[in-house]
Amino acid sequence: MTQPMTGAKMVVQALKDQGVDVIFGYPGGAVLPIYDELYQQTDIQHILVRHEQGAVHAAEGYARSTGKPGVVLVTSGPGATNAVTGITDALMDSIPLVVLSGQVPTFLIGNDAFQEADTVGITRPCTKHNWLVKDPDKLAETIHQGFHVATSGRPGPVLIDIPKDVQFAEGTYVGPVKAGHGHYHPKVKGDRETITRLVEAMETAERPIFYTGGGVINSGDAATQLLRELVEATGFPITSTLMGLGAYPASGKNWLGMLGMHGLYEANLAMHDCDLMICVGARFDDRITGRVADFSPNSIKAHIDIDASSINKTIHVDLPIIGDVAHVLEDLLRIWKSRGRKVNKEALKPWWAQIDEWKTVDCLRYTPSAQTIKPQYALQRLEALTRHRKDRFICTEVGQHQMWAAQFLGFEAPNHWMTSGGLGTMGYGMPASVGVQVAHPEALVINVAGEGSWLMNMQEMGTAVQYRLPVKQFILNNERLGMVRQWQSLLHGGRYSHSWSEALPDFVKLAEAFGAKGIQCSDPADLDDAIAEMLAYDGPVIFDCLVEKHENCFPMIPSGRAHNDMLLGDADTEGAIGTKGAVLV
Amino acid sequence: MAPLNIQQGTSRHSAYDLRDPNAEASERHTLAVTVDNEAGVLARVIGLFSGRGYNIDSLTVAEVDHAGHKSRITIVTTGTPAVIEQIKAQLGRIVPVYEVHDLTVEGPSVERELALFKVTGTGEKRVEALRLADIFRANVVDSTLESFVFEITGTPQKIDAFGELMRPLGLCEMARTGVAALARGN
Ligand SMILES: Cc1ncc(C[n+]2csc(CCOP(=O)(O)OP(=O)(O)O)c2C)c(N)n1
Ligand SMILES: [Mg+2]
Repeated sequence: MTQPMTGAKMVVQALKDQGVDVIFGYPGGAVLPIYDELYQQTDIQHILVRHEQGAVHAAEGYARSTGKPGVVLVTSGPGATNAVTGITDALMDSIPLVVLSGQVPTFLIGNDAFQEADTVGITRPCTKHNWLVKDPDKLAETIHQGFHVATSGRPGPVLIDIPKDVQFAEGTYVGPVKAGHGHYHPKVKGDRETITRLVEAMETAERPIFYTGGGVINSGDAATQLLRELVEATGFPITSTLMGLGAYPASGKNWLGMLGMHGLYEANLAMHDCDLMICVGARFDDRITGRVADFSPNSIKAHIDIDASSINKTIHVDLPIIGDVAHVLEDLLRIWKSRGRKVNKEALKPWWAQIDEWKTVDCLRYTPSAQTIKPQYALQRLEALTRHRKDRFICTEVGQHQMWAAQFLGFEAPNHWMTSGGLGTMGYGMPASVGVQVAHPEALVINVAGEGSWLMNMQEMGTAVQYRLPVKQFILNNERLGMVRQWQSLLHGGRYSHSWSEALPDFVKLAEAFGAKGIQCSDPADLDDAIAEMLAYDGPVIFDCLVEKHENCFPMIPSGRAHNDMLLGDADTEGAIGTKGAVLV
Repeated sequence: MAPLNIQQGTSRHSAYDLRDPNAEASERHTLAVTVDNEAGVLARVIGLFSGRGYNIDSLTVAEVDHAGHKSRITIVTTGTPAVIEQIKAQLGRIVPVYEVHDLTVEGPSVERELALFKVTGTGEKRVEALRLADIFRANVVDSTLESFVFEITGTPQKIDAFGELMRPLGLCEMARTGVAALARGN
């Protein structure tokens, strides 16, 4: 289909042809023609956010909970620069986004025109790819290619900068098929030879472990199914990064829990002591490895990843397999089955016995209290009261509460857990919950938040109220920037420099001011009823859960330490981080 | 258990490894990168090197296929073997990049660079400069009574050597193109 139309109309047509039904945005001078086109149609819903960072995180929440790309529309200059944090977040966590930004007209570019910013320059390092479209005839093609790039290979955000005169000008529209994909076609099939070597290693391994990550979820439902089948069939233990939670069910019998800096004792020790590590769609991030030199010293390492640059970046692996997780796991399973489904049963027994012994350490234990709500207790109760809801989606902010949520909430399915992993963006969760709820209007969407993070994008409560999105903001309010405080207690002699807020708002009144419901709870005895009240309310809720102020998050592998060198509680923290470790983040 | 017949990995450095990242020896590699000649593509390549802390010793770029709008970027870089592998993988990830070739490991290749040298002087020094230029097969592309501009092509080492010799003879300015390289044979 080729036909003349204005650039602005082409934008809307291209989105429709890409199957987009909702976009998140904020208007301004440089995108008015596009907003005018949006006004004159009903196929695409536009969610008006309150800040462009919110639009991007909302689109991330939408994308992660649906597996579809999120779409954002912002104006030039400040609109685009406000979006940068969200775009960087999406890049770090491999979230497919298509961000459309307005730009000053082509004849003003470079003139320091009003609301001009070098948007493609600013976003070049934080997008997977970006384009400035100066020719209206190239606009439709570029948008379609943008969707292709964002969603294929390792997903990520793309940005398309559209000058205002291009939005007014007439050009020729082309549909997605005619636009083609250009030459960008990442390889999805893994090398058979190497996959076979991995199967051989699986057949004899004495202490194998699956270490999985967000790549499994990005690869799609088939990847999750294949992973589950492989884990059940081999009987190998499995752990996951923060980003990969839900790919294997938390109730599954081979589940060791999350690994890494605040991961479970049994997961980290199993990683350290294994003789075969099968890394599936994870990237040996520094939160996972601890001290690289001591990382899993006696193992053969296999790494399945669609991004060749992830392989051998920090950890040298023995069996690199570049390809899409689903494709590779399918081949892996087939080859393993065809060779007689062999595993080293004799050796797996003592390996599991060792793991079970590590489990008895009960690394998530904490000192309960009848007077104050312990944050861990609040999450245990939230879990108990919502676990049965298959349609439960959890978002988080960044800090201690995020790690406790990862430790204490169980995820049975992929795409039900949205958290800012790579960038660690405070202010992610509130808008992300908006995006998730837009995608799943009937679902239970909870943002487990810290009061500090939550304030960073709290304006999006306005969006939630405007679109009647019943998001539940479950704030673990310790009146502290708890994670910063924890590091100060470990590293800086308990000098708590600027890690608490002196003037927090009254969250109940704040909820009411937004037109939402506010609930406050400070007594452990009232907690269940208060959570029930939150769940029963048909509308957005701010739940101000006043928790213990000085609780620290354990287990913890301090920076610069090895996996088998974990802190299990406050008693272990004396002098835990040496001066060398202190330079790390 | 029978020992796994796989050579075991060793850890490489990262920002979170406190070992000296320079402990491994650096190598010089010449990379040839074919890219779409679209706006910003050079900025992407340069941004990758600066953003990730890689070295650029020399970089040349020009469109080599006008009909297909493709450019060839030749990059000379130094790094440990692991870093060189990372650089290639990171380059390969850039959307407008078609191919990345490591000419240093893919077989014999030829490397040439062009340079212009301005040498001023009179008398014996001027004669000596001309004589050396002849030995190096440099051409005189401009001359006044007190100056020459020499044009020389060759390997970067040859150009370095010529520059060293010209220095005491009145070298006052030079311009170099950076390396262009091709694999030998077919
Ligand atoms: C935008 C941003 N700024 C600063 C930080 C550094 N940081 C990490 S956690 C944290 C404290 C978070 O406090 P809060 O949201 O109350 O969570 P808590 O740790 O108390 O549960 C800070 C400041 C960050 N991750 N993101
Ligand atoms: Mg807090």
